[in-house]
Amino acid sequence: MTGKDGLNLLIEFSGGAELLFNKIKKHNVSLPKSEIPWTIEKLLVWIKDNLLAEKPEMFIQDDSVRPGILVLVNDSDWELLGQLEYELQNNDNVMFISTLHGG
Amino acid sequence: MPVSCSAKCGNNAVLKRPKTGDALCKECFFWAFETEVHSTIQGGQLFKQGDVVAVAASGGKDSTVLAYVLKLLDERYNYGLKLVLLSIDEGITGYRDDSLETVKQNRDDYEMPLTILSYKELYGWTMDEIVEQIGRKNNCTFCGVFRRQALDRGAALLSVDKVATGHNADDIAETVLMNVLRGDIARLRRCTAIATESEGSIPRVKPLKYTYEKEIVMYAYFKKLVYFSTECVFAPNAYRGYARTFLKDLEKIRPSVIMDIIHSGERLSVRDNVRMPTRITCTRCGLVASQAICKACTLLEGLNRGLPRLGIGKESKTNRMRAQLQSAEAASDSAKRSAGDEF
Ligand SMILES: [Zn+2]
Ligand SMILES: [Zn+2]
Repeated sequence: MTGKDGLNLLIEFSGGAELLFNKIKKHNVSLPKSEIPWTIEKLLVWIKDNLLAEKPEMFIQDDSVRPGILVLVNDSDWELLGQLEYELQNNDNVMFISTLHGG
Repeated sequence: MPVSCSAKCGNNAVLKRPKTGDALCKECFFWAFETEVHSTIQGGQLFKQGDVVAVAASGGKDSTVLAYVLKLLDERYNYGLKLVLLSIDEGITGYRDDSLETVKQNRDDYEMPLTILSYKELYGWTMDEIVEQIGRKNNCTFCGVFRRQALDRGAALLSVDKVATGHNADDIAETVLMNVLRGDIARLRRCTAIATESEGSIPRVKPLKYTYEKEIVMYAYFKKLVYFSTECVFAPNAYRGYARTFLKDLEKIRPSVIMDIIHSGERLSVRDNVRMPTRITCTRCGLVASQAICKACTLLEGLNRGLPRLGIGKESKTNRMRAQLQSAEAASDSAKRSAGDEF
């Protein structure tokens, strides 16, 4: 399956980021078919429209994740993968970890 | 295209280090992280052989990683420490309950004895009860002041040699910034110190002082350490929140900003003729204070007298309130006496 046929992803939130998503940490999602490849940038918009339960400004800022939220794709830092431009693959695991929540 | 590890070990990198920009694999990252904490400990001479060290444990990421890495380094480098966990239960329903469960998990996982002390035991009030009295405006003042002292009280009770806290580089940079914004020169000087020692109190050390928050979270994630994260159920500290957001925004443009701010704080020197508040001991509780009655005792007095605003705001205001209170009491005493005379 390629981006053109839609993608299945595992999206995870932790470190307190899950509080913005009804406290649900794991989301198995299917992204619809798309002419333009699915990038993280595009995924963020989709998450905002489809998963985010409250306070979008706590998650998204200036079309990216809010500074202080770490992103890992298949357990690798997205800073090594081109960040917003990373092209998602079928069955990718995308993890968002907040560093902003205290304990 | 996977990026290969900067240490040239042949593995693929899993993260980019904010401090150095290096791309490291998991194993090389663990090693770099642990070695840096070790050199912070050695460089700052934070511990001596045989020290009993209480790790201030909140169940959050920083203290969980701190407890884990101190145990590991103690074994790897034979520090000869006795590590214990000390937790403070503020008495906030739905907040500490869960995080204390995490601390208990730490106790079992790391095989360290745990002591939990509550605000109720230490001060006679839970945070829930305090909020009921004062509302949600100044509750963070109470909570913060009480927490700082609770660790001193707890450490004395456990008769430990040192208290290790999980303050990380981002926390310290944030505190430097806040003290600059408030013009608090005394705290500004103290907050970058890696070890604080003042007479009559047990030294506090910060082994994670130079460790970035991102790396702490990544370390916990890759090591699968369980920690608890939540926002306090009461109003979050708004001022600190702004400082934090500001720093995170800057960090995105220039990751070294965290270290730069800490260094700025460390390098700051204060002219000899600048008057600094002298550190004395509180006449009520005997702990270190900057005035005759420490902030915690003043806040407590306010609560116990049904005047919760006592101790909120400037010292001069507190003194004025206390003086008024005393003269009012004297007046009512003499009124009672003269009323008694008539009989
Ligand atoms: Zn490596
Ligand atoms: Zn006192």
